[in-house]
Amino acid sequence: MNNNALLELRNVSQSYGDLRVVQDLSLQLAKGQIGCLLGPSGCGKTTVLRLIAGFERLSAGEIRLNGAAVATPHFSLPTEKRRIGMVFQDYALFPHLTVFENVAFGLHQMEKSLRGPRVMELLEVVGLAAAANKYPHELSGGQQQRVAVARALAPSPDLLLLDEPFSNLDSDLRERLSQEIREVLKSQNATAILVTHDQHEAFAMADEIGVMHQGMIQQWDTAYNLYHKPNSRFVADFVGKGVLLSGEVIERGRVMTDLGGLYGELPDAVGVGQTVDILLRPDDIVHDDASKLQATIMHKAFQGADILYTLRLESGQQVLSLVPSHHNHKLGEKIGIRLEIDHVIAFRRT
Amino acid sequence: MTKAPKLSAFVLSLPAIYKDRWRLVALVFATLVLIPVLVVISSFFHPEKEVWQHLYEHVLGDLLLNTLWLVLGVGASTLLLGVSLGWLTAVCQFPGRRILSWALLLPIAIPAYVTAFVFIGLLDFTGPLQGWLREAFGSSDWFPRIRSTGGVILVMSLALYPYVYLLARNAFATQGKRALEAAQALGHSRTSGFFRVALPMARPWIVGGLMLALMETLADFGTVSVFNYDTFTTAIYKTWFGMFSLDAASQLASLLVIIVFVLLILEQLSRSRMRYTQAGRHQETGRIKLKGMTAWGATLFAVTVVSIAFIVPLMQLLIWAANVFADDFDSRYLGFLQHTLMLAGIAAVITAVGALLLSYAARRNTDSLTRTCVRIATIGYALPGTVLAVGVFVAIAWVDRTLLQVLQPIMQIEAGMLLQGSLLIMLVAYMARFMAVGFNPVDSAMQRLPLSLDDVSRTLGVSSLTMLRRVHAPILRGGMVTALILVFVDVMKEMPITLMTRPFGWDTLAVRIFEMTSEGEWERAALPAVTLVLVGLLPIIFLSRHGNVNE
Repeated sequence: MNNNALLELRNVSQSYGDLRVVQDLSLQLAKGQIGCLLGPSGCGKTTVLRLIAGFERLSAGEIRLNGAAVATPHFSLPTEKRRIGMVFQDYALFPHLTVFENVAFGLHQMEKSLRGPRVMELLEVVGLAAAANKYPHELSGGQQQRVAVARALAPSPDLLLLDEPFSNLDSDLRERLSQEIREVLKSQNATAILVTHDQHEAFAMADEIGVMHQGMIQQWDTAYNLYHKPNSRFVADFVGKGVLLSGEVIERGRVMTDLGGLYGELPDAVGVGQTVDILLRPDDIVHDDASKLQATIMHKAFQGADILYTLRLESGQQVLSLVPSHHNHKLGEKIGIRLEIDHVIAFRRT
Repeated sequence: MTKAPKLSAFVLSLPAIYKDRWRLVALVFATLVLIPVLVVISSFFHPEKEVWQHLYEHVLGDLLLNTLWLVLGVGASTLLLGVSLGWLTAVCQFPGRRILSWALLLPIAIPAYVTAFVFIGLLDFTGPLQGWLREAFGSSDWFPRIRSTGGVILVMSLALYPYVYLLARNAFATQGKRALEAAQALGHSRTSGFFRVALPMARPWIVGGLMLALMETLADFGTVSVFNYDTFTTAIYKTWFGMFSLDAASQLASLLVIIVFVLLILEQLSRSRMRYTQAGRHQETGRIKLKGMTAWGATLFAVTVVSIAFIVPLMQLLIWAANVFADDFDSRYLGFLQHTLMLAGIAAVITAVGALLLSYAARRNTDSLTRTCVRIATIGYALPGTVLAVGVFVAIAWVDRTLLQVLQPIMQIEAGMLLQGSLLIMLVAYMARFMAVGFNPVDSAMQRLPLSLDDVSRTLGVSSLTMLRRVHAPILRGGMVTALILVFVDVMKEMPITLMTRPFGWDTLAVRIFEMTSEGEWERAALPAVTLVLVGLLPIIFLSRHGNVNE
């Protein structure tokens, strides 16, 4: 066990009545890291965040902050003593206070003369120094979001919790702001944990991401590994686009598919002659006019720089291919394709 | 289908109440409303033969007919006035629109019973108008009698149309123009667009406003007394205080409650259909510009309504009040005023505090039990004051008797009344009647205080009392002030509860008006009436300055 972890969850479970929302969940986060819990709604990710914050009491397990237990089934350190900051989905800005007063709200233990400079410092960081005397309702959604971040960071919390912080913003702003906020957090050397259902947000913000499903973390990894080396069908399906192409294991480490033979690491329990599903990302299939391998275009989605083609192979199986957008083909047309695959990910048929 | 499981869930969750004090709060306030209603309704199921015989033979037919005419007449004319004025001020542009759209709300400041006696004083045979007509033309026999069914309907419609007007205006302002444009884009003319799209879309709001106006009509006691027009409310009063038959009064009240419940159900249904299809502000530039005669016609229409419903009555009251000021402004008047202010003050404070507790209960618990309790606790606006007076009185009289039986052997008290004859009956009835008036502003302030604000305060190291002081109090203050003002004004104007349950010597301005008008002394009712109107203007001015007169 890593004893330098700032945040550590050990076998945490939470149930409401018979409903188990979080099951036996463990994770660690080192100081200065930004972690993320990614999952569909109802997977229990927000509950984990509320457990860390101390808004709810856990049913089993232990939560440690800075090496000290803050929550067990028998003990719960009050939220206000945990030295955490939180950014809420609805921002939860105080409507009766100005931007300045909102950010200053948590600084009641700081010496009075230091409060003003601290508030202005953070407002500078989030680029809202000019709006200090405005009220929350006078700000745009993105500005309110930045005030919420500044307010949470002002008392220099040990850990910052962000609950779906960008879900109320439009997609353009969401991407820009998530990068901005990441820079703010890194500049303050803050440790943070983010909860979201949006993988783009997770990729843009987090150093490490845990994909959650049915109250459990399926995989805790970097964004790259989640995309290219998912450890389960759920992660493969939830993160990124892709299809599963069936193939037959013809010898140890070799699979034959409709697109030809592939070499790679296969699950241990797979024997020769068994059928497996190979994960194919849209960028694993490359357009190549010279290729003998032909596929029919079923759908196309124009995405600006690229076009995402849905292709039907001769066997009837469908795959996705991301092609630079100057290769503009018509529906029904046949195009040549080639596999360009770095990591063969195979799942056993169950 | 849905009713049965709801009820069983309600009953099953009863034991859970004791674990949660906020739910208990909600239950207590619901009980305060529920008990008088149940007391009254139970008398419907235990009819006393002789009482019914008498009621059936002598009064019931007239009461039902009178009530029917009143509801039909007031319903039709408030609809006509409210919808047309609402459409004109919300969607059209004509000279004076901005001021008129506000001025059209002013009649709400004059209690209907005040408009009633002013109109009779002005328009009756002995009044100045008919006197002038006789002088000018020799006869005024052709002039319609004001003391008639038509007269009652006219007065009530002028006092109550603002309910329909306000809701219709809001509905049209948020979606009227847009609905019309959509219809025009599909090839409809403006007129057909109005009737086929804009009006149907606004129907839930209009029906909601209409139901409020009709509830007030059924609850009205003062106006119909002035006109000697017998309805259930006056019959309840007369059987109780004239024939001293509380049983008969309860029987009549139970019938009235049943009629009111029909309206209440219709109102709740229309409320659940109120959905704004599009949020955001109505744009000033998008108005339909009325031209020439049409524009001035609209102005004239609105000015006429404001004049007849507000300016003329207020002027006449001021003239009368000035005439009698030297005689009537005495220590007795100051006594009425003092009682009125004290009662309204106490009632406003306890109702606003009750509304605050109820709103907190609703914030903490979103389960069906709490929601049902909050609904019941705020349903009193539909219950006529006469019904609540009877119900609360009977319930508290029972408590009195029980207390006496228990206490007499121990404490050697003489037989008598403990709670009856105290202010308690009155205050409980006021609170039940006006809880919704206090609850709505407090609860809409509570919407600005989601639970996440508590959470965020705690993450910032601020909890319990400090949080109440730094977060809750400043956010809820505005709503509380509004609740206090609204309840205060409503209690000041309230007539039947005050009249029927006041302890000896607690005469208020409204009681004084009732007494003077029942003797036809219009002038001598003017000074207290002017006082009520001026105080009644406060919330309109206050709320419009704070920009939420629309709520």
